[in-house]
Amino acid sequence: MAEAPDWRNEQACVPDGKPGIFPLRVTGVSFEVAGHYLLDDISFELGSGPLTVILGANGAGKSLLLKICHGLLSPTRGAVNWQSASKVRVRNSQAMVFQRPVLLRRSVAANIDYVLRLQGLAKPERLRRIDACLRMTGLSHLGRRGARVLSGGEQQKLALARAWAVRPEIVFLDEPTANIDPSATLFMENLIRQFSRAGTKVVLTTHDLAQAKRLADEVLFLHQGRLLEQAPAKQFFDGPENPLARAFLQGELPC
Amino acid sequence: MQDLGAVLQTALKLMLELDDSLLEIIFLSLRVSLTATLLAAMAGFLLGAVLAVWRFPGRGSFLVLLNALMGLPPVVVGLMVYLLLSRAGPLGDFGLLFTGTAMIIAQWLLVTPLIAALSQQIVADLMLEYREQLLSLGASRWTMLQTLLWEGRFSLLTVMLAGFGRAISEVGAVLIVGGNIMHHTRVMTTAIALETSKGNLTIALALGIVLIVLAFLVNAAVTFSKIYAKRLYG
Repeated sequence: MAEAPDWRNEQACVPDGKPGIFPLRVTGVSFEVAGHYLLDDISFELGSGPLTVILGANGAGKSLLLKICHGLLSPTRGAVNWQSASKVRVRNSQAMVFQRPVLLRRSVAANIDYVLRLQGLAKPERLRRIDACLRMTGLSHLGRRGARVLSGGEQQKLALARAWAVRPEIVFLDEPTANIDPSATLFMENLIRQFSRAGTKVVLTTHDLAQAKRLADEVLFLHQGRLLEQAPAKQFFDGPENPLARAFLQGELPC
Repeated sequence: MQDLGAVLQTALKLMLELDDSLLEIIFLSLRVSLTATLLAAMAGFLLGAVLAVWRFPGRGSFLVLLNALMGLPPVVVGLMVYLLLSRAGPLGDFGLLFTGTAMIIAQWLLVTPLIAALSQQIVADLMLEYREQLLSLGASRWTMLQTLLWEGRFSLLTVMLAGFGRAISEVGAVLIVGGNIMHHTRVMTTAIALETSKGNLTIALALGIVLIVLAFLVNAAVTFSKIYAKRLYG
């Protein structure tokens, strides 16, 4: 399997001279549907540095929390605040890759071009970024192919390339490797590490312990809509404080 | 009553010869119905997409009305347009009654609700699939509307075909506002109605066959383009 290329030189996440959008402060966030709390009083703060993994079993509320942080959903209670006061700045500094990415019915290159147009970039810059993103994700030879006829792994790489193209300060990844094979998973994980090393804050959800161990610098453990633990990865995996987190690591967490 | 086989034979001969008066009727039919369909598509796609993407008070009632208008009787539309365009009507000064333009207006009124209602459903379904992704990419409502119309282009082509089918096949409205004047406003459906009433079944049948073949060709061209494009873009 090909190694993901190093693209640290390709990225400058925080525009020169402008303050970043971090920290992200989530305060008392709850999300209720028909009297049932899917998220219950969640508070945490994320800085710009470490790669954060939101870990938890299926139905823990990981994707929901990610969508609320990204601004796609509003919490029933509580607030999500960024350091930057500019809503436009905050919006343009984020990207998200969904578990099942929705690609547009147009070519691979045009999918990346779409988001760059939304950012109002001029054509030469768009072409440069498209070329760079396709090379980095190993999709250069597929640039003119229809995005929706790609394999699942290629589609997920394209989704990542599209997210990366806007040079976000933070990228939310919602179980990005849940539907792809092990080889494509390793390639994606290499890319994700490259993003993180290049300075982009990565927040990733997964229920895959092995993946969390491979990628995480910091872990948020979620169970049945509640945040039970936030800790550095080593500390969490060596000996979590919460008994339910310990049970999850041992594969004994009750549903 | 003429023998059906003989009628068919004469009809085919007429079609193959394609005399000038027949060609004139065919071209006028195509001009009127294609123009009405294209104009209806422009209005209908936009209206349907707006109703799918935006939420506003009265939207539900508007949708019910739009769906009801899909079944608008052509003669009623013809009558309304007649009253609008007649000398005593509010648009009488334009002198459009018994012209091709009047027929285009009548067909446009018939086809627009059909295209708008079907487009609304298509774009609303796409909205469910694309909404979060497009919001995540930073698309505004207006950009979302444009994107969804483009993403639904293959299905919307089928909607256009349905609109064209309704336009080219209707007779009531164009008969009332066009008047079925030879060399001026005679189209295939009105010619078929006239020739049948005169007992000229051969000509009526020839026109009927041409109408079916034309509808088939237009549908085939669009369908094959759609299949090819879907293979490319999924």
